[in-house]
Amino acid sequence: MSPLLKSIFSTGFGFAILRVMTPILLPALGVAISELAGSVNIALEGIMLMSAFFGVIVSTFTGSIWLSLLAGITAGVATGGILAYFHLKLKADIILAAIALNMFASGFTIFMLYLFTGDKGSTSSLKSLVFPEIQIPILKSIPVLGPIFSGHNIMTYIALLAVPFFYVLVFKTPLGLRIRAVGQNPNAAESVGINVNRIKVYALLLSGLFGAFGGLYLSMGYVSWFSRDMTAGRGFIAIAASTLGGNMPMGMFWSSLLFGFVNSFAIYIASLDIPSELIQMIPYLITIIALALFAMRKQMKKKRVDEAHELYSEDVISSVVKDISAADE
Amino acid sequence: MESILQVNNITMVYPAGVIANKNVSVDVTEKTIHAIVGENGAGKSTLMKAIFGIIHPQEGDIIYKGKKVNFKNPDDAINVGIGMVHQHLMLAPDLTVAENLILGVEPRKGSLFLDTDKAVRITKEVSERYGLDVPADKKIKDLPIGVRQRVEILKALYRNAELLILDEPTAVLTPQETVILFKTLFRLKENGKTILFISHKLSEVKQLADRITVMRDARVITTEDASDVTEEEIAHLMVGRDIDTARLDPPEKMGGVRLSVKNVSYIDDENVQVLKNINFDIRAGEILGIAGVDGNGQTELIDILTGLSRPTEGSISMDGKNIAGLSPRQVRELGMSHIPEDRMENGVADTASLEENFIVDRYYKKEFSRYGKLDWKYIRKYSKELIQKFNILTQSSRTPAGSLSGGNIQKVVVARELSSDPQIIIAAQPTRGVDIGSEELIHVLLKDARDSGKAVFLISADLDEILKLSSRIIVIYNGEITAHFKDVSKVTGKDLGPYMLGVKKEEGAHGEIHS
Repeated sequence: MSPLLKSIFSTGFGFAILRVMTPILLPALGVAISELAGSVNIALEGIMLMSAFFGVIVSTFTGSIWLSLLAGITAGVATGGILAYFHLKLKADIILAAIALNMFASGFTIFMLYLFTGDKGSTSSLKSLVFPEIQIPILKSIPVLGPIFSGHNIMTYIALLAVPFFYVLVFKTPLGLRIRAVGQNPNAAESVGINVNRIKVYALLLSGLFGAFGGLYLSMGYVSWFSRDMTAGRGFIAIAASTLGGNMPMGMFWSSLLFGFVNSFAIYIASLDIPSELIQMIPYLITIIALALFAMRKQMKKKRVDEAHELYSEDVISSVVKDISAADE
Repeated sequence: MESILQVNNITMVYPAGVIANKNVSVDVTEKTIHAIVGENGAGKSTLMKAIFGIIHPQEGDIIYKGKKVNFKNPDDAINVGIGMVHQHLMLAPDLTVAENLILGVEPRKGSLFLDTDKAVRITKEVSERYGLDVPADKKIKDLPIGVRQRVEILKALYRNAELLILDEPTAVLTPQETVILFKTLFRLKENGKTILFISHKLSEVKQLADRITVMRDARVITTEDASDVTEEEIAHLMVGRDIDTARLDPPEKMGGVRLSVKNVSYIDDENVQVLKNINFDIRAGEILGIAGVDGNGQTELIDILTGLSRPTEGSISMDGKNIAGLSPRQVRELGMSHIPEDRMENGVADTASLEENFIVDRYYKKEFSRYGKLDWKYIRKYSKELIQKFNILTQSSRTPAGSLSGGNIQKVVVARELSSDPQIIIAAQPTRGVDIGSEELIHVLLKDARDSGKAVFLISADLDEILKLSSRIIVIYNGEITAHFKDVSKVTGKDLGPYMLGVKKEEGAHGEIHS
C-alpha cells in the first residue's frame, strides 16, 4: 500500500475528520436556525472570529477557562444581536448587514490584535488556555473506534450533542414551532399573536451562540492562539453545509462530515508532490460540486411533485365528472 | 334576536387622503349570516379591518355584545371572540394541520416542550365538534385549498370565535369546494355562530346570507333581508345603475378571415404535448370564445399566438402572412394586441407609472420620442386622454400602476391594448377579479371593437362571460379542441361542461369556417 493510502486508512484520519468537522458543523447549525426563522444569517464568519478572538484574550489576561468561555459566547451572541438590530430595528438588508459585519469582524480583530500584541498576524506571543480533551472511558480502549472517537476536544463533543439539541429545540419546543412558522409565513404567525420580530431576534441570538462555540473551538482547541482571519471561509462553507443538509439536523451532520472528510483529505495529500494551491482548492471545489448536485436533485424532486399534482388534478376532474353525471340523473 | 355587533358611524381616512369609509353603520344580528357586498374599492375590506382592530378609524365606535370596544390590534379582537379568515390564508405550509391550529397557544409537556400528541387530540376534538373534517397530521402544503381554508376556520373556532369574518372566501375555491364551504357555514350558524361574509359574487350572497349590506363609494347604501331583494336589485345597488347581463346580439356584418390557426401542436420543455393539432379561424367582426378549465393549453396557445413562444408544428397566419416564430413586437406591429391573463405578471410593471405603462409597447414610435429622447409632455397628455376615455380611477398619470385597485389596473392594460388600433385582439381573462362596473365597461369595449370590424379571441374561465360575448365558441380540453358551437344563441353552460371535462368530444371538431 502506498504511504498515502496507508495514512488515509489509519485511525488518525478518522480522528482528523471529526476534528475538522467541528468548526463547520457548529456554524452550520447557526445558519440553519436563522434560515428556519426566515432571516438567513451569513455573518457566521464574523461571529466565529469575534468569539475566537475574545476567548483567547480573556484567557490570557484572566487565566480562567470559564471566563474565556463566557467571553467567547458573549462576543458571538452579541454579534448576532447586532445583526438582529440592523436587520429588524433599522430595517437594513440582512445580507448587506451580514457582509458588513464579516468585514468589520475581520478588521476589528486585527486591530485589537495589534493593540494587545503589537503584531498583526497572531497571538502566538500570548499564552492561551485550551479547552480540555476528553478521554471517554471504555470507548477509548476499544481498538479502531477508540482512537477515532475518544480523546477529542470537548468542543467536538459539544458539536455532536448540538445536533440532537437542535432537533429538540426546533421540533419539540414551542419556540421551535414558532421559529418555523415565522420563517414559512410571518403573516400567519402574526395573525395568531406571535411577535415575529422577537422570534427572529431569538433565532439570530441562537445563531450567534452556535457560531460562538465554533469560534472558541478554532482558537482554543484546534490551535491555541488567535490568528488573523483564522476562520478561513468556514463560516461560508457552513452555509453550504446547512443548505446541503436541508437545514435538518442529521442532514447537516452528514454534510459537515463530508466537508470534514474533504478537508482532512486535502491536509493528508499535502505531503505529496502536488502544488499546495491546487490542494487547498479541493474543499471549495467540492463545495461547489456538492451544491450543484444538490440543486439538480431538488429540480428533479420538484418535477416529480409537479407530476404528482397533475395526477391529483385529474382525480379532481374525475370526481367532478361524477358529480355532473349524478346531477343529470 | 339580539345584536352581536354594532358599527356606528365609522369614518376612516387613510393618510394619503383617501376616504375609505364614510359614516358607515352596520348592525349584525347574532346567529345569522350577514353579507357585505360591494365593488372593489367600495370600502368592505376597510370596514372589516376596523372591526378586527387592524386599523383605527378617526370617527365612530364599535359595540360588541353590548359593550363598546376599542381594539388595539387583532389579538384584542380574538380575545373577545372575533375570528377572521383572510383571503390569503394565514397558514405555515410546512407545518401540519395540528401545528398550525395550536400555533401561539401551544399545549406543553412540562414548561419547555411541545405536546404534539395533545395538539393532534385537540385538532380532532375541535374538528369533530363542528363537523369539519381535517387530516390532523398532514402538512398544509399537501392539502387542496378548500381544506386549507377549513383549517383556517377551525383555527378561529379553536380560539373561541363567536363572530367569524370571512374575506372573499370563495375567490380561491372551485365550484365544488364552494358548495362544501357553504354547507360548513350553514352548520356553524346552526351551532350558534355569527358569520360576516364579504363577497362580490351575487349569486353566492343570495344563496347564503340572511341579511345583506350593500356598500358603494365608502358608504353603506342599504341593509336588507336577503329574501326581500333579487340579484338584479343588489347589482343595481352596488353599481348605482342597471347592469347589462344579457347576451350580445350576433354581429351584424362579418368580414373575411383575419387570423387562421392551422395544425398547431406544441410540446413543452418537459416533453409534454400541451397542444394537439389545433385549428380555428377568426373573422373580422366576430368574437370567438374559447371555453375550458384552466390549464388545458390555453396559456400556451395564447403565448404562441402573441409571439411569446413558437409552435412545435403548424402555422398561424394573420391576413395571409405566417406569423409563427415572429417576435412579440413584430406581431404587435402587424396589428395584434394582447390582454394577458395575469395582469400583475405580464400586464403592467407595478412600480412604474401609468404613463410608462401606457407607452411600453410604443415608446419608440415617432409620436413619443424624438432623437432618442422621450417626449414626456406629449406622453402625459396622451396618458390623460386614455385615463379619461377608459374611466381609470387614479390620482394622477404619474401614480404607480401597482397602487390602483385590481379593476383599475385591468383598465390600464385594456386601455393600452385597445388604443393601439389593433386588428386582432387576444383577450385572456379580461375581467378576472375585477368589479362589476369595470367588467361591464370592458365588455362594452370588446363589443365595440367587434362592431368596428376587429377580430376578437376571448379566453376565459368564466363561462358566463364566454356565453355573453362570444359569436362562436370552441371548447378546449387537454390541448385538443373538443367542440365547436357555431350558433351560440341556445347554448348553455351545461352544454359546454361535458366537453370542457373531456367526457364528450365532437369527432374532428375545429373552429374553421367552411365556405
